Amino acid sequence: MTISFGSKLQTNWDWRAACNFMFGGSGSGLLVMMAILAAPRPAPIVLAFVALALVGFGLLMVWFEIGRPWRFLHVFFHPQTSWMTREGSVGIVLFVATLVGGLMQSVTMTSLAAVLGFVFLYCQARILKAAAGIPAWREPVIVPLIIASGLVEGTAIVVMFFQAINAATPWMFGLLVLLFSARLWIWCVYRNVLIRRKAPAGTLQAFAKLHREFFMVGFLLPLLFVLTPLVLELAIWATYFAGVFVLVSGWRLKYVLVVKASFKQGYGIGKLRRGRPGVKPPVRREGDPIQF
Amino acid sequence: MTRYVMIADLNRCVGCQTCTAACKHTNATPPEIQWRKVLDVEMGEFPNVERIFMPVGCQHCADPPCMHVCPSTATAQRDDGIVTIDYDLCIGCGYCMVACPYDARYKVDEARFAYGKQPSATEALRFDEGTLGVAQKCTFCADRIDEGTARGLTPGIDPEATPACVNSCIANALQFGDIEDEHSNVSELLAENAYFQMHEELETETGFYYLWNEE
Repeated sequence: MTISFGSKLQTNWDWRAACNFMFGGSGSGLLVMMAILAAPRPAPIVLAFVALALVGFGLLMVWFEIGRPWRFLHVFFHPQTSWMTREGSVGIVLFVATLVGGLMQSVTMTSLAAVLGFVFLYCQARILKAAAGIPAWREPVIVPLIIASGLVEGTAIVVMFFQAINAATPWMFGLLVLLFSARLWIWCVYRNVLIRRKAPAGTLQAFAKLHREFFMVGFLLPLLFVLTPLVLELAIWATYFAGVFVLVSGWRLKYVLVVKASFKQGYGIGKLRRGRPGVKPPVRREGDPIQF
Repeated sequence: MTRYVMIADLNRCVGCQTCTAACKHTNATPPEIQWRKVLDVEMGEFPNVERIFMPVGCQHCADPPCMHVCPSTATAQRDDGIVTIDYDLCIGCGYCMVACPYDARYKVDEARFAYGKQPSATEALRFDEGTLGVAQKCTFCADRIDEGTARGLTPGIDPEATPACVNSCIANALQFGDIEDEHSNVSELLAENAYFQMHEELETETGFYYLWNEE
């Protein structure tokens, strides 16, 4: 017999932390997608600056949230196991590579920035997965969900930019549709896994509320707006709406995930055992801080 | 080797919260912060209901998620299994708080006192600005243990080397000791009673055991 109770919403990470996942995810996704969609030419410098602004804004919001902001350099102390340290470290290299790539219009540096953007996005996903106290975050499907969302948001920005300079191609829209469809599919898988694993009721309620909205704004409306110009030739504006809806739905998803659906594990009564338990010494991993 | 663990006997705990008060007194925690708290749990469905009191706090896991996620290495672990926080290293990012499955960590951003903005004489004396904006939690009264063992005392047996909550328990529901010692009080209690560890499925290998002999 196991019993769980006492789950409540975490309030330690609020909208400021959510901003890091929302804008940092979009910015890093943008770095990846602008390199791919602009290839073989270097990505436009405007997009590089937009990506850096998004990532930088997200990190700035985290800085506003931490209790001892002037100790921010301590964030780099634990690369062996902390995904937050890894995210911060990658973020610095990412800034340098993107700036150099953008200013020098170097394909090599832009490609490096894209790789770093992907690693940054992956770190963000793993930050959530490592939060063992929040059942909705520690679920492994969170990793592809966060990555997919970042890539979709990045694609939406690139497509809107290329549309504005009349350089968009049909396959870019095809890719956008493919990616936001994949994001919806991963979202459904993620939600079903949480239901099956009996995630806290508050989490499931928050996601149940979000689901219809996410389907409409994150899939159905963008699909309609991408298809509209095929029927009405002059309705180019519709593709901007598609991009905006894809972007906003991704941000909304991450906001709900971090702020509204982040119910804690709570307490529990476990399976009863008998007999003296085996002695379990502290588990040591490389880089673990040991206090003597 | 030594591995300190705590035991809470749910059949004995009466929910008086003396342990909570003793912990607050010993560690001078601000209002609303309870490193050791006692949950009042109702179980079952009417008419077959049961009420238990469950002391909770940091479980001093052998494999603590809070330590692995900490970006600043402020959260560390001693060889005796006690998980510690270095207030001078902590940046107050709150990552450990979302990583802890036992809701055992707290962060206080500004000074709070029991009777308004001004501290009482005792609070003024014991207020530590270093605890603001950083993570804090139960330490198993590590300083008492260290001081006691340095004097040759045995944690869990001698009150001067035992956590304050355990010393204060009126029902002997809380016990503390070295689980690696086969003849320690905690080893014998675990050998003789049914027990569980909270959220065992998360494989954190907690250093906190609950005795519960269903009646």
